[in-house]
Amino acid sequence: MRAAVTILVVAALASVPLWLRDPYLLNALITTGIFVVGAMSLNLLLGFTGQLSLGHIAFFGIGAYVSALTSLGFDVGLPGGVRLVHAPWPPIAGFLLAILVAGLCGYFVGLLSFRVRGAYFVIVTISFAEVVRLVALNWVELTQGPLALTNIPSIALPLPGIGELTLRTKMQNYYLVLVVALVAYLLIARLVHSHFGRAMRGLMENETLAVSVGIDVTRTLTLAAVISAAIAGAAGSLYAHYIRIIDPEVFAFINTVTMVIMVISGGKGSLAGPVIGGLIFGLLPVALRPVMAPEAQWIAYGGVLIAILFVLPRGIVPSLAQRFIRPRSGAPALAPVALTETGAKEPA
Amino acid sequence: MLVLGGTYALLGIGLTLIFGIMNVVNFTHGVLYTFGAYIMFIVVQQLGLNFFLALPVAVLAGWLLGAAIELTLLRPLRGSDIDTTMLVMIGAWIAMQSGTLWIWGGVAKSVATPLPEAPLVLGPVSVSWLRLFVLAAAALLILVTYLLINKTSLGRAMRATFQDHDTASLMGVNVDMIYTSTFAIGSSLAAAAGALLGPVYVIFPQMGDLAAVKAFAIVILGGLGNITGAVIGGFILALAEELGAGYVSSGYRDAMGFVIIIAVLIFRPTGLFARAERVG
Repeated sequence: MRAAVTILVVAALASVPLWLRDPYLLNALITTGIFVVGAMSLNLLLGFTGQLSLGHIAFFGIGAYVSALTSLGFDVGLPGGVRLVHAPWPPIAGFLLAILVAGLCGYFVGLLSFRVRGAYFVIVTISFAEVVRLVALNWVELTQGPLALTNIPSIALPLPGIGELTLRTKMQNYYLVLVVALVAYLLIARLVHSHFGRAMRGLMENETLAVSVGIDVTRTLTLAAVISAAIAGAAGSLYAHYIRIIDPEVFAFINTVTMVIMVISGGKGSLAGPVIGGLIFGLLPVALRPVMAPEAQWIAYGGVLIAILFVLPRGIVPSLAQRFIRPRSGAPALAPVALTETGAKEPA
Repeated sequence: MLVLGGTYALLGIGLTLIFGIMNVVNFTHGVLYTFGAYIMFIVVQQLGLNFFLALPVAVLAGWLLGAAIELTLLRPLRGSDIDTTMLVMIGAWIAMQSGTLWIWGGVAKSVATPLPEAPLVLGPVSVSWLRLFVLAAAALLILVTYLLINKTSLGRAMRATFQDHDTASLMGVNVDMIYTSTFAIGSSLAAAAGALLGPVYVIFPQMGDLAAVKAFAIVILGGLGNITGAVIGGFILALAEELGAGYVSSGYRDAMGFVIIIAVLIFRPTGLFARAERVG
């Protein structure tokens, strides 16, 4: 039943470019899809380890810049008279490097999260994102600063024997984003249901108890941060190659807030939550555009965030799931995980 | 530099009070700062009233707006976890900042002052009268806050709530009232800082964002709920920014606050002046 629903949803999503001819709406769907991937990665940290990273856009932006610079090439002077010259590589290499570098940054932030928690972790992550933004703004030689990196090439898929397929049209990019989103979704689903996923949730629910049954806090949190950052980096890379121009505004705090709203409204700690929340809040501006000024839209955004926290504090998906779906044996993703389960599976 | 230090200290004290006593990460602090600056603009430029009258008006307006936010958004959420209140404050911040942008537009405004243009020259140092006034007003407000916290019964109740709100409540302290007053006082200090710095720089809807982060840096530097720490932290941040701008690059002036936050939390997470506080 569950599998059938999943296949139906995927088929429906895959059919969209076949009947939707409006390029503006397709464009909105592609950018929404990219942000949904970002929101899914944020959910891995926020929903499954309970760490609120409000600098998540940093990983997204780092992915975008790494990917863009890899495929554009650069020539910068470093202190000590050394010049660092890089010839352009294919965009697909940029995509992979973006995942790698963003994951590495996630590693350092993850290490930090072991030292500071709660409000302090939030402030550290915000500061991290702002420092990265200021570097992108001021290191003009590398990033062009506010002038932006332009003419970023579209992603080209190497096809063995045939040559290359450059993804220029909206339809091609739609499918690219859909495939990446599916891979990210499956990866996160797999992870959450693994031993590691149970360790994460055990930590979130009761850290002392989790530690006492042998869960390694640093390792678990750091690994979650690395994977989350790597997925966000992939999303950033897609963004750079689709929009084809990036400037330091990509690091704006409001973008993190958008992702947080997507996760919280959809339901943190549920796999489908960020997807539902992401689609709603990604497409809401499109729906509101004819009736509201942009400033009024943002007022509505803030108001909706507050309203959701007051009315549906657990998010749309968990609240609906609780109402309509009876819990089955085999524990769906939403059920709280008993710690004893983790402990029992731990080899003695 | 001294001018900035004084107003930074005001911002920091406001935030450290709210953070320390209520355990709320107040993202509306920057908006209150912007709000104070716009009150200054309305009173001086649009109503044509006295410049010196505008400061108390801004303080009062900040107090009222802070009390309103506390009563409508925070009081119903008493007992929820810190993440929920933080996200609600983020929502309030986005809504209010966009409201500012909607009402006054994105064009920067400036406020004319009646103070003499020619600077005051004291030997090798020359200071503008405006900056001197800002420093004096900030010092006065810091002193008033200090006396309020340490010499009045309201202040005693606030300190008791900071230490243990359950016990304070048992001793007959009206904790709800203390929370509302704390938030209102903190907000009025942020509004005062905005009203003071508005005429020095220009006024625009996003001016509060950096101010808020700087306030967080000061609070982390000085330690949670530590007023003296916030004052010293304010001056340290102002000094660090000048040094950063002078020795690294002026583009990185505003990065100093963030660098300080990260460095302090890595190496000394209890703040520079705190005795012992929990971080986790």
